[in-house]
Amino acid sequence: MTAVLELHDVTKVYAAGELEVRALGGVTLAIDEGELVAVIGPSGSGKSTLMHILGCLDVPTSGSFRLAGEDVAELHEDRLAELRNRHIGFVFQQFNLLSYLDAWRNVELPLVYAGVDAHERRERARRALAQVGLADRADHKPGELSGGQQQRVAIARALVTEPALILADEPTGNLDSTSTADVLSLFDELHASGRTIVLITHEADVAARAQRTIQIRDGLVWDPDREVTRALA
Amino acid sequence: MRWRDTVRTATEAVRTHRLRSALTMLGILIGITAVILTVGLGNGAKAEVRDQIDELGTNLLVVSPGSSTDSDGMRGGFGSASTLTVQDADALASADVAPDVEAVAATSTASVSLVAGDANWTTTLTGTTPSWQEVRSREMTSGRFLDDDDVAEAAMVVVLGPDTAEELFGSTTQAVGQQVAYDGRTLEVIGVLEALSSSEQTTSNDVAIVPQTTYAERLVGGADRDAVDAIYVKASGESTLSAAYQEAQATLLNLHGSASADDADFSIATQESILAAATEVDQTMTVMLGGIAVISLLVGGIGVMNIMLVSVTERVREIGLRKAIGARPRHIRQQFLVEASVLGLAGGLLGVVLGGVGAIVLPSLTDARVVLSAPASVAAIGVAIGIGVLFGVYPASRAARLAPIDALRNE
Repeated sequence: MTAVLELHDVTKVYAAGELEVRALGGVTLAIDEGELVAVIGPSGSGKSTLMHILGCLDVPTSGSFRLAGEDVAELHEDRLAELRNRHIGFVFQQFNLLSYLDAWRNVELPLVYAGVDAHERRERARRALAQVGLADRADHKPGELSGGQQQRVAIARALVTEPALILADEPTGNLDSTSTADVLSLFDELHASGRTIVLITHEADVAARAQRTIQIRDGLVWDPDREVTRALA
Repeated sequence: MRWRDTVRTATEAVRTHRLRSALTMLGILIGITAVILTVGLGNGAKAEVRDQIDELGTNLLVVSPGSSTDSDGMRGGFGSASTLTVQDADALASADVAPDVEAVAATSTASVSLVAGDANWTTTLTGTTPSWQEVRSREMTSGRFLDDDDVAEAAMVVVLGPDTAEELFGSTTQAVGQQVAYDGRTLEVIGVLEALSSSEQTTSNDVAIVPQTTYAERLVGGADRDAVDAIYVKASGESTLSAAYQEAQATLLNLHGSASADDADFSIATQESILAAATEVDQTMTVMLGGIAVISLLVGGIGVMNIMLVSVTERVREIGLRKAIGARPRHIRQQFLVEASVLGLAGGLLGVVLGGVGAIVLPSLTDARVVLSAPASVAAIGVAIGIGVLFGVYPASRAARLAPIDALRNE
């Protein structure tokens, strides 16, 4: 298996005035193609910072980060935008759909920035919507859809570019339990079809669906087994 | 990202916030309307003056008496004494001296009160020669114009302008053969001029014309009976106008014993120079009004900037999302710039439309004449777009600089 994501000793330090905040203190991890991984941790653990770096929304202060074989550290803003566009599909807690666009127009957005022509965009957007089971809702505005449906539109938007990685940040945080089950089973399907998915969550039952769980505490990967070993020693 | 997509994204944003966009456009709209109407009013005033100048006749030069120099070398002020004479006019009329001059008419004018029965009317009494009719390109509506005999005999006859005839006799048709009195002396009306209708405000229709000799010897008189107030010179054609100008100037300088044009005790005006002088005042007015219009455009532009800044702040999440899914800073900047210029364009187009409506409505409310200019309208729309872009630059680059994580964190 080839690694889609490879982090080696990644640190992130924010300067907050005089103070330096060390959000990540040296994280090393790898995620393979086709994996469904949950990243869990309490708030303030550095979980969000890790997600920003994994999503190429931010660059590490030190260490190396390779996404789909490309070294991401110290890349220019335009290059990062291109990487996000090509390799990553984002799913957010607040869905982040544009309320004034129809569902399919929301889904085609990443393709607009990729410079794909209008006809092909429409085709691919409708296919992605069919994949999340919303083919008949393509011409509805987000306001006319339920929360679960909106999140599925957002997932279709994440899928439309055929990215190497789907990065979901608390995807069920704003959903009721029925919709949560809907969305999670959709992730299961995508996983079964070979997608690489990283779920960031603080909900244990969401994390339980994952193949592998990475716990973040105080800006470090926390390995319970090793802690247990150390405690016993 | 393609241009078509950028434009579509921008117009969708404008349409989504209809009220806000409309209010922003209103600022631009008012500015552009003001500019269009200002230019239109300026053009209207210019056209008005041109019509009045055209009424003088075509291919015309007007020689006016200038400052005179006395024996001590002191130069008198303009009009302090008339330096033009009947002899000057006669010289200019000579084909040998001035071959490019077709006709010459010397005129003397005074404001007088004429009486006919109970009617009393103050008008401009003009003493001139039969050639006046040709020089000024006027037609008769009834009766005849002055002839050479009238001048030779200093006949007590008068030709009235149509307005004058109307005021004194109630109609233009019954005036011929009637009598008018001036200062106790009686004149017989021999003809009435045809009205000049190219302009509403004109003094050309209110005149009383008598033979030059009658004017000087019997009616008004004065210290120098040969002195005239102006000499109208008609060139034989448009192409010979400047030749006629040179000939008239050389002839008069020679007659008056002046060495050069700098010492001349007369001045020669062309219709163009009269037009230029007359429009100068209007020009100042136009510049002032134009300045106010430009300021209102500027205010409109600041309105665009204000709204665009609000728009950026309000759409931080949208910008963050667009960046997260692959929009480069350039794409975001373009989106907001195009949005601002769409506001400018729409405001500009509506402004031109409203200006057009104003051009129809305004003349019926006031006497002002509005002549719209197509190039000015196109330029105004260009300016409106330019203002949108100019005042959109700062908000757009603020949007482009937003870091995606900060933008997405906003809740």
